[in-house]
Amino acid sequence: MNYRRTYFILTCLAFGYAFLYLPILSMVVFSFNASKLVTVWDAAHSPTLKWYYALLNNEEILDAAWISLKVAVINASGAVILGTLAGFGLARFTQFRGRFTLNAMTTAPLVMPEVITGLSLLLLFVALEQSIGWPAGRGITTMTIAHMTFSMAYVTVVVQSRMATFDSALEEAAMDLGARPLKVFFVITLPIIFPAILSGWLLAFTLSWDDLVISSFTSGPGSSTLPMVVFSKVRLGVSPEINVLATITISVVTMMIVGVSIWMSRAAKLEKAG
Amino acid sequence: MIRPGHLRKVGVSGRGLVVALPYLWLLLFFVVPFVIVLKISFSDVDLAIPPYKPLIEWIGTNSLAIKVNFNNYAFLFTDPLYIHALLNSIKVAFISTLLCLVIGYPMAYGIARSAPSTRNVLLLLVVLPFWTSLLLRVYAWIGLLKANGVINNVLIWLGAIHEPLTMLYTPFAMYVGIVYSYLPFLILPLYANLEKMDWQLLEAAEDLGCRPWQAFYKITLPLSRNGVLAGSMLVFIPAVGEFVIPALLGGPNALMIGRVLWDEFFSNRAWPVASAVAILLLILLVPFMMWYQSVQARESAGAR
Repeated sequence: MNYRRTYFILTCLAFGYAFLYLPILSMVVFSFNASKLVTVWDAAHSPTLKWYYALLNNEEILDAAWISLKVAVINASGAVILGTLAGFGLARFTQFRGRFTLNAMTTAPLVMPEVITGLSLLLLFVALEQSIGWPAGRGITTMTIAHMTFSMAYVTVVVQSRMATFDSALEEAAMDLGARPLKVFFVITLPIIFPAILSGWLLAFTLSWDDLVISSFTSGPGSSTLPMVVFSKVRLGVSPEINVLATITISVVTMMIVGVSIWMSRAAKLEKAG
Repeated sequence: MIRPGHLRKVGVSGRGLVVALPYLWLLLFFVVPFVIVLKISFSDVDLAIPPYKPLIEWIGTNSLAIKVNFNNYAFLFTDPLYIHALLNSIKVAFISTLLCLVIGYPMAYGIARSAPSTRNVLLLLVVLPFWTSLLLRVYAWIGLLKANGVINNVLIWLGAIHEPLTMLYTPFAMYVGIVYSYLPFLILPLYANLEKMDWQLLEAAEDLGCRPWQAFYKITLPLSRNGVLAGSMLVFIPAVGEFVIPALLGGPNALMIGRVLWDEFFSNRAWPVASAVAILLLILLVPFMMWYQSVQARESAGAR
């Protein structure tokens, strides 16, 4: 095995990562800029934390963040249950009626343009309300259902690929020793795929937390999420508070991802050693 | 892989219960909605809440009238706006996919050929932006590209230009935004594919007198075909219907079909027209989605 990289490849990597990270870096730097013009550095008064104070006192943004948080947590928990069942079923049962359909229904949301998903879900909610009276109006409930529908597809992929990499002999052995299928799932399968379930939860949380388009279609009056508030602000141009929000988001995501991947690589090493 | 004995022991009823919940959920919230979109695309616009007329109506007491209205579709094909927007979206998505490939292929290749410890860090750095809000990352480009933005300020400071360049609210800005946002979606499946490559094949080819670029063209590229296709679909299909990026970076003239649908729905309250646009877009994209699914199936079959 050789790990050979030419100068051409190294240059491409350097430019590629610069392209990915310079915009992010610029938001972090300018979040400390005193000037309201955002991208013009006010050397006399910077760096400053004044926009951090402004953001933390912005009721509109805080209210929206609270709604986003509620939707994201309920969504992630629901999506993990649905996605784990689907991923487990698709990976372990190679033949059942409707396998093709289930596979298609969990692949399509990954690539479906959001405007189509959003519009179709809204029309469903309106039709349901007209015919059976539920859900009454649009808000947190309809948004959560909509988010679960597309984020469970991502959880399915994550769980399914984890299931494909571990040997089903362990499960078979447990069954040969007389364990019931349900017990096998909770005692053998679940602990092994737990890292995948955890990353699925985090992924579903993030997808919901970030979603603008599907939320805009399925939300109602008084239930604006954080991305919806950010979008209406950003449409009017740059705003120093949004740079602060971006910096906080990036810091949290970075800590979370780095933490989880260190934990997971340790778990993988333990698995190999044991 | 599953062995037959395993299947027998699980039992049909147990299997049914496991998949029934996600199956029914997706049927109700993913498939049925499309039937409703199709239905509403055939109804009349109405000044009511909701703003469309029913398709099926009781006339008098004993007769049921079904009124199927093709006007929305006729409208899409007579007003040049819609076809123009659709063609432009395909063009933008296609060029963006090519640009992602040009930037992403060498990166995925470089990551796959790094030592395992470096590889994990490099991969993490590709995944990280993917976990950060798309909206905020697109917003970052407004600050970089605008008239008194970072890029113009640096170029003026360097003396390369005297007047700021107009970059924001142009097609250029839109391409930058799309390529930037979708790049990780292309790199990840491509990397997953290249990682499984047997690099000794390249050494063998070079021992037999192949130039490095010949070996790449004849061995690496054909073997990574599925990765290239999967990554390209993950960029192309959502990019055709993209709304946020053209709305924020493209300016008022950036005609993209996702934006047209959004405006029909939110600004004009023309739900039937928006539904017809969605159906048209769906008809266009379904073949690509099926292609993507078959590529995925081939990839996972090859992995086992």
